[in-house]
Amino acid sequence: MIGIVNYGAGNTASVSYALERLGVPFILSNSAAELEKCSKIIFPGVGSAEAAMNKLKEYELIDYLKNTRKPLLGICLGMQMFASFSEEGNIECLNIIETKCLKFRDKNVKIPNMGWSSITLESSSRLFEGIPAGAYFYFAHSFYIPLNNYTIAASENGQPFTASLRKDNFYGVQFHPEKSSDAGMKVLNNFVEII
Amino acid sequence: MTTKRIIPCLDVKDGRVVKGTNFVNLRDAGDAIELAEKYSQEGADELVFLDITASIEKRKTLVEFVRETARAVSMPFTVGGGISDIYDIENLLRAGADKVSLNTSIVKNPQLIAEAAKNFGSQAIVAAIDVNKTADGYRVFIKGGREATPLEGIAWCRRVEELGAGEILLTSMHCDGTRNGYDIEMLSEIQSFLQIPVIASGGAGEFKHFLDAFVEGKADACLAAGLFHFGEMSIKDLKQYLSNNGLNIRI
Repeated sequence: MIGIVNYGAGNTASVSYALERLGVPFILSNSAAELEKCSKIIFPGVGSAEAAMNKLKEYELIDYLKNTRKPLLGICLGMQMFASFSEEGNIECLNIIETKCLKFRDKNVKIPNMGWSSITLESSSRLFEGIPAGAYFYFAHSFYIPLNNYTIAASENGQPFTASLRKDNFYGVQFHPEKSSDAGMKVLNNFVEII
Repeated sequence: MTTKRIIPCLDVKDGRVVKGTNFVNLRDAGDAIELAEKYSQEGADELVFLDITASIEKRKTLVEFVRETARAVSMPFTVGGGISDIYDIENLLRAGADKVSLNTSIVKNPQLIAEAAKNFGSQAIVAAIDVNKTADGYRVFIKGGREATPLEGIAWCRRVEELGAGEILLTSMHCDGTRNGYDIEMLSEIQSFLQIPVIASGGAGEFKHFLDAFVEGKADACLAAGLFHFGEMSIKDLKQYLSNNGLNIRI
């Protein structure tokens, strides 16, 4: 059973439909106790970092998310929330990874970074097992996590940024696997089946 | 690097796809979800659904339709048409739409852009702008192209970006349905002001029109409707052509 953190993120429905298509059982919950009964956690995210942190506080999920030992996949803003700090609202985030989440500033690129980009694998991970080189994923974001020690895949928008990362049981993807066609569904399936 | 996008637009009425020429004379082109699945297979990068009856008849949009579509396909899509307030926006995004496109409502209430961007992020908010070329320049139209506004097209593009829109869907009414090509001049002009992505719409008839919109018009995405629905142009072939001509395309 997969637990989807239900804290008002904009893409919660899309993530749950993707799991339906994969035939994977899941629950939507904002209760730490219920989530802890699941084998894995998906932490979706669309919206603003500040609103998201406020919701996590309201549902008393912050300590749970930081400390769980279950495999957890943060998607888009979900992954950005792993950072210690976000320039989106200048707020403290979950501090799972010591990095800042920054705003794209390059005058020569489009912001938001919107559309399909290929990624470069920086280290091998089961999350990307069976994904052909040069596969494209769908991105829609104005903020990014810079490359760091935990980056497992990179993409670029005028500058390189973290497309996927892993620290211990925490996995993150900046792109939207639930909207990234076959390659995206494969990433979700890998998280569910082989992580 | 982000690839250039090809976006079929499905004008939806009662869950069926229709497409007008210069916004009138509707022809039925088929079932929307069936088409969405077909386009996903063919390599469309995104879909836009416009409820064309909505802003005329004030009909509340398509939450159920959005939900069914989000269930069916793993691709991003935008929904628009008659979306008038923050509650409509929230319902559509929660049902599985990635973006909403706002047109008449933001001309009447520009602050809706700011409010929506603050709540849902700029990436979810598309400003749909219909312009017609007139003797005194580009004029913004609302209500499905039926009502002129005092707004000048380029100034309105800049304003929606300032307010927090994440993308502009620019429809050139004077080109729409003509199949003589996109309005390259206007596309290229607004690109010097804007940092948000621009979707070109109106006038596509052949492969080269798309290439021109991307290269000379510097568009980030190109939208077309009838051309794709009636099987006259294959998206697969179009994308191969663009890729062969040196563009960064998801094949």
